[in-house]
Amino acid sequence: MHLLDYFKEGFRPDGRKLDEFRPITIEAGTIKTAEGSAIVTIGGTRVIVGVKMQVEKPYSDRPNEGTMMVGAELYPMASPKFESGPPNAQSIEIARVIDRGLRESKAIDTKGLCLIPGEKCWSVIMDVCAMNEEGNLLDAGSIAALAALNTTIFPGFDGTIVDYKHPSDRKLELKKQPIAITVVKIANYLLVDPTNEEEQAMDARLTVTTTAEGTICSLQKGGEASLLPEEIQAMLELAKTKAKEIRGSLSGKGL
Amino acid sequence: MKTQVNIMSKYQRTDGRDADGIRPMEAKVGVIPQADGSAMFKIGNTIAYAAVYGPRELYPRFLQNPETGILRCNYNMMPFSGAGDRVRPGANRRSKEISMVTENALRPVIDLHDCPNAVVDVFIELPQTDAGSRCAGITAAAMALADAGIAMRDMVSAIAVGRIGDGSYVDLSYEEEALEDYPVADIPMAFVNRTGEVTLLQMDGEVQTEGIMDALAKGREACKRIHALQTQALKNKFQGDTQ
Amino acid sequence: MGEQLLANKAIAVPGEEIARGMDFVPAAGTYRDKESILAARLGLVSTDNRLIKLIPLSGRYLPKRGDMIIGQVIDVQLSGWRIELNSAYTALLSMKEGTSEYIEKGADLRKYFDLGDWIGTKIINVTTQRLVDVSMRGPGLHKLSGGRIIKVNPSKVPRIIGKQGSMIGMIKNATNTKVVVGQNGVIWVSGKPGDEIRVLDVIRKIERESHKSGLTDVIKTYLGAPDAVGDGNYEQMDDQNEDTGEHHE
Repeated sequence: MHLLDYFKEGFRPDGRKLDEFRPITIEAGTIKTAEGSAIVTIGGTRVIVGVKMQVEKPYSDRPNEGTMMVGAELYPMASPKFESGPPNAQSIEIARVIDRGLRESKAIDTKGLCLIPGEKCWSVIMDVCAMNEEGNLLDAGSIAALAALNTTIFPGFDGTIVDYKHPSDRKLELKKQPIAITVVKIANYLLVDPTNEEEQAMDARLTVTTTAEGTICSLQKGGEASLLPEEIQAMLELAKTKAKEIRGSLSGKGL
Repeated sequence: MKTQVNIMSKYQRTDGRDADGIRPMEAKVGVIPQADGSAMFKIGNTIAYAAVYGPRELYPRFLQNPETGILRCNYNMMPFSGAGDRVRPGANRRSKEISMVTENALRPVIDLHDCPNAVVDVFIELPQTDAGSRCAGITAAAMALADAGIAMRDMVSAIAVGRIGDGSYVDLSYEEEALEDYPVADIPMAFVNRTGEVTLLQMDGEVQTEGIMDALAKGREACKRIHALQTQALKNKFQGDTQ
Repeated sequence: MGEQLLANKAIAVPGEEIARGMDFVPAAGTYRDKESILAARLGLVSTDNRLIKLIPLSGRYLPKRGDMIIGQVIDVQLSGWRIELNSAYTALLSMKEGTSEYIEKGADLRKYFDLGDWIGTKIINVTTQRLVDVSMRGPGLHKLSGGRIIKVNPSKVPRIIGKQGSMIGMIKNATNTKVVVGQNGVIWVSGKPGDEIRVLDVIRKIERESHKSGLTDVIKTYLGAPDAVGDGNYEQMDDQNEDTGEHHE
């Protein structure tokens, strides 16, 4: 696949410009069994995130705080390349990168999740599930996780038992809105929103998570090739620009 | 204290349905583009997605059958799909059993002699469940297999019928499964459309033979309606292909 | 007397009754159950006199002897290459069948076809166990260098080729590209990037509208193309068309 011949002309095998995202759709809050949810598509890639809340014991070193966790499942239904079984490196990376974006930006006010210090707290658990893989699962998962959290409502709780059937009227309020944008480097070209083919051909990638204020709250370099500082700077700028654009176009639709 | 008979004759379904009323249904084919065939089936608040990959290479080698391809089903509930707590991801005993009965429910109509040593994989995922989930999975899987162009002599449709006292009630809801005032038997079943062959039959509860036979008859009728929906969903997908 | 219940070109789902009567004959994709002819898969009804068959609308490729296909080299072995066919089955390209020239024993086979190479090849044998042999010996069979690969469902291939190759010929001329269409649903296109994208676009359009009648004219307008040109060579698999016409099983 002679990708470089395409990039020289300024476009990609599917006709997009190098810095162009495929259309993004968000369907938020439709999964009734979850406390929060979102189904996001970027082009043909489809990801569903469900948020569940449970009451647990806080960590002993953080008795006044609630907890959060992100898991990712790359279901074999989503791609001929995915196999059944325990999480592999790819799904673990997706989960951990999305987790760090939320954790480092302090998007969730974990102190606000405390119920009884040292004894009971809320735990917010997100499961990022891939349903159709056509590239860029990470960005899709990140947007879906954010949109899902924005729809999350605390279940009822009488102090002892959680009542999922009768939700409270307390919404989960996020302090920050982190979004991950992955920039891919192929030879001397930088692209966003890679397709499967482009991911296979990439030399390196940088996933940049930013908040609405433009602060970078998490970075993840992937791929076997190295990056020069100037390249990193260009990738950071590109990611920030795209994140801002995407926030703008999706505001009111889940972000 | 009322006698059993009096109570039974007064059972009104919690959601107001008739005894043979099915919750609102929706079916769509071709929802997972990466797969060779796929479908979504929704009944009440239970949503099942099925995706088919195959025939494709089968590993490990020792599973290969030189006479015929094999069918392999994997049923899974998403962690946030249950009524209460989060369900830890990964196979558990229940999902493994459902995977097996699903395979048995579909196998009788499928002919894989054209693809020896290969496998047809069916993956069923449920993002939201509210009773009748294994049946919804089977109904979706049958559409997905047809969509994938697999040789099938007929369609399979599935429904759970409940025996509540002396009556059969089609498409048991979650509330009905958990009824405390009445004895409830939950009977998931699946039928081959034309012949009425039963390919799935399970039961939780206590019933007499007549009860099961009545439930089967009611279930068969209900499955004809489900089949009509499956047929329409399959034709809708390819309607654009014919003019 | 018999009665056809589903019209020609209607979609039949598995188990659906297509016709009733003992004078109908079930052919590919259908079977008889007492008086009825039933669908044995999802497909499009096609009747020829009293012969009823179903044209597949989907389904993965199953290798057939004589098919011209496009495969990819996935392994270079001691005396041949293993070829991936976009199917449940792979094929063996033996040294003997690799080229028309003589290859010495012990030669480095990668010089001829390397891992990842795409080749236009012909299936010369399929056993009952679906072991497949392919050959590169024959006109128009060669390595496909450069360009890009597009995959479609094999059931769409006849439409993309068109009657006497008219559809694919028109596409090539209008876009100034080389195109090779494999029976296994793998298509190779080579040209300027912008033109390759136009071909991809048209192929996706044909996929979406594949059983519309008058599709050739629709595509002709879409491409802004001059009249469809049916080329002479149908047996060959060079960058011209490579089929003897519509393939409906």
